[in-house]
Amino acid sequence: MRAGELITTDQQGRSGGEADIQQAYKVLEEVMDPEVPVVSVMDLGIVRDVSWVDGHLKVVVTPTYSGCPATEYIETSIRDALQEAGFSHPKVSQRLDPAWTTDWINEQGRNRLKAYGIAPPVGSSNKRSLLSGITQVECPHCGSKDTEQISEFGSTACKALYRCKSCLEPFDYFKCI
Amino acid sequence: MTQYDELTEFLLRLGDSALIQAQRLCEWTGRAPALEEEMGMMNVGLDLVGQARNWYEYAAERINDGTDADVLAFRRDERAFRNLLLVEQPNGDFAVTMTKQFFYDAWQFHLLTLLKDAKDERISAIATKSLKEVIYHLRRSSQWVERLGDGTDESHQRMEKAIDTVWRFTFELIEKNAAEVALAESGDIPSLAELPEQWLATVNEVFAKATLTVPDAPSTFYLSARTGMHTEHLGILLAEMQFLQRAYPDASW
Repeated sequence: MRAGELITTDQQGRSGGEADIQQAYKVLEEVMDPEVPVVSVMDLGIVRDVSWVDGHLKVVVTPTYSGCPATEYIETSIRDALQEAGFSHPKVSQRLDPAWTTDWINEQGRNRLKAYGIAPPVGSSNKRSLLSGITQVECPHCGSKDTEQISEFGSTACKALYRCKSCLEPFDYFKCI
Repeated sequence: MTQYDELTEFLLRLGDSALIQAQRLCEWTGRAPALEEEMGMMNVGLDLVGQARNWYEYAAERINDGTDADVLAFRRDERAFRNLLLVEQPNGDFAVTMTKQFFYDAWQFHLLTLLKDAKDERISAIATKSLKEVIYHLRRSSQWVERLGDGTDESHQRMEKAIDTVWRFTFELIEKNAAEVALAESGDIPSLAELPEQWLATVNEVFAKATLTVPDAPSTFYLSARTGMHTEHLGILLAEMQFLQRAYPDASW
């Protein structure tokens, strides 16, 4: 059975209310990022709006990086999860402006990243501090601040590669943008 | 309404430059000097493909004859491409690759900073998004120019040779263009009058740290991508990049 053929509790075109929006947010808390499966799309702050438009649930997401190959996968995951939860024909659309920033990752997301072994973004994303490139990143394994950057880019576009000089472990750093 | 006008050409210049630069970076797959550098180059390339798609989608909407981002990327011929001549040049050694990348990143950085304030909301949104990524690209390529320029005798010599090889193609980055002046006057895009000076200032700053000499600014070049007159390298690049869509149109998986 395809996701679109699931028996859904709401009829197409019905009017939705606050309770539906709240339920949708709950569902979205469980939709995980495919690259970092411990953080949800809500943690990452990529869900910009959930509303009820013309008898459908509408979710607006913003891409993290222009070329992020996970963007389409995430949109499909969101649609599937909402359908499974009983929303028929949810619409997912993209919004570029305002551009996503790591400042939108919530506290829970930051803690989850750290527990997963990825150092969360440090500081805020203003241009001046980014161009200078001076960032003190804390090792997610041992907590030491004696770390060094190995490469500006890590396993994905959103991460840089670091090494801890105390515990000698390499780790990913979620870059501040 | 079909609008293949100056603004559309401008969007294609941005999209084509990003795509061709990304394609050149991909050629380093499996050949980069270190695994981390390979990942770095692929990640920069990925950002650029995404940026190209954003510009192409807007251009396609303006052209409005059923074209889309894929058609613009894979079914146009060399003469229709508007990318900077700089980005189509062969990769050469790592010094040439990083020199090209640095010149392009500095150009993108200042251009996107200006376009961020475009009245056209779409241009402003794409520029704002892209700029966040380009800051990292510029940081990385500047560091490499510094490291190679102020490195060993061998790396310094290679950098000097690399600058010699690609410097003439930077004319396009600093030339004043009548069409862009007109676009700025009509309010379609912000004025780009300061771009040449800003670009040169960044080159001067990084080269000073890298102990490299900045050559005199090129005053002209006999080819121009604005009219589709490319160097011989673009055709070969396109033949490889477009092969699949040319051989199997609309192939999908």
